[in-house]
Amino acid sequence: MSTAYGIIAEFDTPAGAMHAAEKVRDAGFRKWDVFTPFPVHGMDKAMGLKNSKVGWFSFLGGVTGYTTGMLMIWFMNRFDYPILIGGKPMFSPFSAFPPSYELTILLGAFGALGGMLILNRLPRLHHPLLKHKRFELVTHDKFFLVIETADPRYDEAETRKLLESTGSPRIELVEE
Amino acid sequence: MAADATVLSGSLSAPSVPKELERAPLVRNHRPIGWISDRICAINEGPTPAWWWVAFVISVGMMSTCFGMIAYQISTGVGVWGNCHPVMWGWPIINFVWWIGIGHAGTLISAILFLLRQKWRTAVNRAAEAMTIFAVMCAGIYPVIHVGRVWFAWWLFPIPNANGIWPQFRSPLMWDVFAVSTYFTVSLLFWYMGLIPDLAVLRDRAKTKIKQFAYGLFSLGWTGSNRHWSNYEKAYLILAGLSTPLVLSVHSIVSLDFAVSQLPGWHTTIFPPYFVAGAIFSGFGMVLTLLIPIRKICGLEDIITIRHVDLMCKVTLATGSIVGYAYGMEVFIAWYSGSPYEQFAFYNRAFGPYWWGYWTMIGCNVVIPQLFWFRKIRENLLVVFVISILVNVGMWFERFEIVVTSLHRDFLPSNWAVYKPTLIDVMTYLGTFGLFFTFFLLFMRFLPVIAISEVKGVTPQADPHHPLGGARHGGHHG
Repeated sequence: MSTAYGIIAEFDTPAGAMHAAEKVRDAGFRKWDVFTPFPVHGMDKAMGLKNSKVGWFSFLGGVTGYTTGMLMIWFMNRFDYPILIGGKPMFSPFSAFPPSYELTILLGAFGALGGMLILNRLPRLHHPLLKHKRFELVTHDKFFLVIETADPRYDEAETRKLLESTGSPRIELVEE
Repeated sequence: MAADATVLSGSLSAPSVPKELERAPLVRNHRPIGWISDRICAINEGPTPAWWWVAFVISVGMMSTCFGMIAYQISTGVGVWGNCHPVMWGWPIINFVWWIGIGHAGTLISAILFLLRQKWRTAVNRAAEAMTIFAVMCAGIYPVIHVGRVWFAWWLFPIPNANGIWPQFRSPLMWDVFAVSTYFTVSLLFWYMGLIPDLAVLRDRAKTKIKQFAYGLFSLGWTGSNRHWSNYEKAYLILAGLSTPLVLSVHSIVSLDFAVSQLPGWHTTIFPPYFVAGAIFSGFGMVLTLLIPIRKICGLEDIITIRHVDLMCKVTLATGSIVGYAYGMEVFIAWYSGSPYEQFAFYNRAFGPYWWGYWTMIGCNVVIPQLFWFRKIRENLLVVFVISILVNVGMWFERFEIVVTSLHRDFLPSNWAVYKPTLIDVMTYLGTFGLFFTFFLLFMRFLPVIAISEVKGVTPQADPHHPLGGARHGGHHG
């Protein structure tokens, strides 16, 4: 039983990491990732990632916000305690619109942030990579590609050979 | 695969740009991406500078004054202010609108310029968003204390109470409650989300246990995974998309507090766009006021370049001109309406007892920003700094004119009076600067003043299709 978490390859440039990602994607790996100090344009395609699903969370939040606003105002000003103000209708979608619009945005924004965190499984208090000394440079100026040992195609010698062929100057094993 | 990409990028390479059309780089002196973290984090990591302590002590002193004044007002009553019939909306509402207007530049920079793919925003968005949040905090104080009996301020929110009654949603004041609280919350979420990768930068550099723990906790275990970036960028795009209608709606709704009433000088349909333009105008004034000293003190000249200042001056010029157009149109419509009350309101603004306020406003908001047509002025930081302060002086007088001159002489001459603020009004207002700068200084000390990962992302080294980003042949981004 190996205690290795995965094999990590370091790159100096975004292009280096991207070409490596294309190779790893084409080799059919599933449990692997690229780590960069900033989002690299084109990396999603190089990794073969699908469009992010965050939009659905935000959409759900927005719909909830708008419905809540409209129903709340109808309930309060028309149903539960109607007060006549200057002969205006007890409920009008027009005067109820601004608060409902703001609630749409509010819950839509919570949906976007919450959706991002849920899809990314964050917050996460511990990660094997964060213990790896060299990995500290991921927030500085280095680019990393990690293939996990949990991947069905993982084979220590073969995987290392694949990563060596990408031109990475530094390949190491990461402990669990 | 790699060979195909090379062939493709070779055949797509764009013709080179003529020298005079070349744009100044966003980060000067070809700084490597590691330098960007080093430079920005150095502001947080170095020893606390003496100027910081001086500024902080002064700010805390002013903030305490603000709280002291508020305590006095709450314990004594609104009579301590100059608010008196017929001017029941005095300095508190002027200052509320002024502060919340300032906030708008932050959201414009973070959201609208993001959607418009204005890459230069990355150098200024973090500080501008912080400015937004602290300005909205200052603004938020006023409506709460202005209700008079502060202990009933919670009636503004739809919370069940013992009387069994609810807020009245046909009033624009209720819309305002929702607009301002949403604005604050969404700005905070947007700001925090932008901070997550940068807090991870500070976490990975931290030397002490406390810093490692604190930055580690708030960076939520960020690793820079591309699977995470993919969701992160989508969420960022959605937040920008949501903040755009939000920022336009907030000051529109603030303007409806005025425009929905029947008062001459307030009852105009031009108010929403006019208020939004004025808000962005004043906000850019404040961004310039803050960033020109910061770039100097913190040694950020290579990141906040002259080009950034130049572009912000252009936005100020554009919005200032829109505001000038709105002033002209207001006067025209007052004449064209044929309503003697409407005509008098504007005549009284320009030539009544508050004529000096009106002409200060015209001078600072319409005339002086026109200097930004000249490149020499836009590139002279001292002049830009002075003009940026004048912009906010002008915008304060705009709100003063709107609030006070419309109220102090309305329909019946027997109802007229002249409004004067009290010392308490003045001290509370000055105190909010203390509140603003206390938070801003803490922000400068403990959080990255510039969005590190975003600035890295707009350098040529970050582009995998650029030779500096590792591409073997110059790509189409060249």
